[in-house]
Amino acid sequence: MIGGTGIAVLRFCVVVALTFLGLLALTFFIGRVIPIDPVLAVVGDRATNEQYEVARVAMGLDRPLIVQFASYVGDVLRFDLGMSVSTNRPVAEDLARVFPATLEMATIGILIGVGLGIPAGVLAAAHQGRLTDHVIRVFALLGYSVPAFWLGLVGLVVFYAGLGWVSGPGRVSIFYDGITPTVTGLLTIDSLLDGDLAVFRSALSHIILPATILGVFSLAYIARMTRSFMLDQLGQEYITTARVKGVPEWRVIWFHAFGAIRVPLITVIGLSYAGLLEGSVMIETVFSWPGIGNYLTTALFNADMNAVLGATLVIGAVFILINKVSDVLYRILDPRSR
Amino acid sequence: MEMRSWLLDDSPASRGQAAAGRAYRIGLDLMRNPLTVLGAAIIALLVLTAIFAPWIAPEAWDGQNLERRLLPPSAEHWMGTDQLGRDIFSRVIHGTRITLMIVALVAVISAPLGLLIGAVSGYFSGWTDRILMGVTDVFLSMPKLVLALAFAAALGPGIENAIIAIAITTWPAYARIARAETLTIRNAEFTDAARLLGASHTRVILRHVLPLCTSSMIIRVTLDMAGIILTAAGLGFLGLGAQPPAPEWGAMISGGRSFIFDQWWVSTMPGFAIITVSLGFCFLGDGLRDVLDPKSETKR
Repeated sequence: MIGGTGIAVLRFCVVVALTFLGLLALTFFIGRVIPIDPVLAVVGDRATNEQYEVARVAMGLDRPLIVQFASYVGDVLRFDLGMSVSTNRPVAEDLARVFPATLEMATIGILIGVGLGIPAGVLAAAHQGRLTDHVIRVFALLGYSVPAFWLGLVGLVVFYAGLGWVSGPGRVSIFYDGITPTVTGLLTIDSLLDGDLAVFRSALSHIILPATILGVFSLAYIARMTRSFMLDQLGQEYITTARVKGVPEWRVIWFHAFGAIRVPLITVIGLSYAGLLEGSVMIETVFSWPGIGNYLTTALFNADMNAVLGATLVIGAVFILINKVSDVLYRILDPRSR
Repeated sequence: MEMRSWLLDDSPASRGQAAAGRAYRIGLDLMRNPLTVLGAAIIALLVLTAIFAPWIAPEAWDGQNLERRLLPPSAEHWMGTDQLGRDIFSRVIHGTRITLMIVALVAVISAPLGLLIGAVSGYFSGWTDRILMGVTDVFLSMPKLVLALAFAAALGPGIENAIIAIAITTWPAYARIARAETLTIRNAEFTDAARLLGASHTRVILRHVLPLCTSSMIIRVTLDMAGIILTAAGLGFLGLGAQPPAPEWGAMISGGRSFIFDQWWVSTMPGFAIITVSLGFCFLGDGLRDVLDPKSETKR
């Protein structure tokens, strides 16, 4: 006998599985059905017809599309994403190596975004229609209008070349490169575990600028949503009741109203965390940050389609996963949605 | 005054008067918000600049002069010159044409596509709906920029392919909105009446459902414009969009990257153009939403 929860869990798993299958179909479509001929890319345009045919059969491209797709899904399920032409290693191995760097940067970015964005949003709602509100609103809209790669370049010019407050591109200074044993893959944590403060300081001064710039973009969205949720609450009757009873205003705002919006904010934070994966593609390229975004753009330049599709697949999968998890969290934490 | 009272008449005598009156009221509402006016002014300026670019720009966009390479901004060259001695200000002015073309083409391709898919999906429901929305959800579940990158990479570099790649990633959001609107319209009495009069499904969708979806579509497209511009500039920056020597802003920023620390103006100046135009669309979209959308968040 399966209870209501059991059915809900089953349903959730089916939805996630179907979304992943859709994602696979999409990358398969991009990789196989679109103009560039994969066989030609391997044999070159001087190959004879026989050589071409041999390669085509060897790559399994003579089979029906649906069979090719099934074998592609099978490969992906076994974490086989093919070989990268440019690094000569399996794409899956490459991705496992570069992913922690992106995770590290996005995590610091989201901490900055949440730490500044939520207070800014609450402040804007509490001062609705006044100067503070307008300033925060314009700032948030700027977050939607500034190209990430441009802000990265300007940040480098001002804070690295101009003021010298932070280190330049890369993940750590070149003489510290590769001396820290990999435990978590997150260099700031690994260097602390290793007890090497010099490496930690270098890593921190490298990560702080790109992570802050990433954070600014999530800040814009988080502040906007926080403001909108807060305004919803501040218009409710229980807030008026609290005020009439003489509860101090800061308590009304931070305990009563803010207490009520914590759950929907989880979804917003989840969405922006996933969004930072996207933002990191551009930021990593500008900062030569050895993460998945940089891997993706480098693969683009080398026409390394296996690597491009593998990176796209992993970013898409993580994106879906974070979205679904924040959905589930919302349902668990908010009794009304049960 | 005569004109004004004719426009604001409570009981318009003709359909034309009603339409003009509605447009006038929307215009009045829009004028009340200074940011919306600013946004509209920026977009108007963008369009005018694009139309009259050759007359506004002091030089041609490809006017090379190696004797004046990498000059800093001055009275003569407002934004300085680049590595080939081209006047950056002139190139930015000419770049408005490319930006406007990208934005317009993406909107023209993706909005009707999303509108149609969403309306069909919501109108017929059942399996049609499930399949179409399943496809839409797969597209929505991917980060837009990464998807556009993958498509642009597969299609090959070039501005046409960049436009196709961006359009492919933009339509699903519109399909979702159109579907939601259609679901509320589908069972309304006037659609029943149209069907009873013998109108075909095609006619009901095209003449009765789609026109009602357009206002939310306009808001959404305007709000998306900033994102489209940023994605296009990003593709240009990565070398997947417009190709040099075209004066596309993203490609221009990329062109100045190698000497960013010595000649900062080459990369930074085109960025200001991108920010100004994106902000303009954001302001305008926000204002349109406040006026046209009854469920808007800032109206309270």
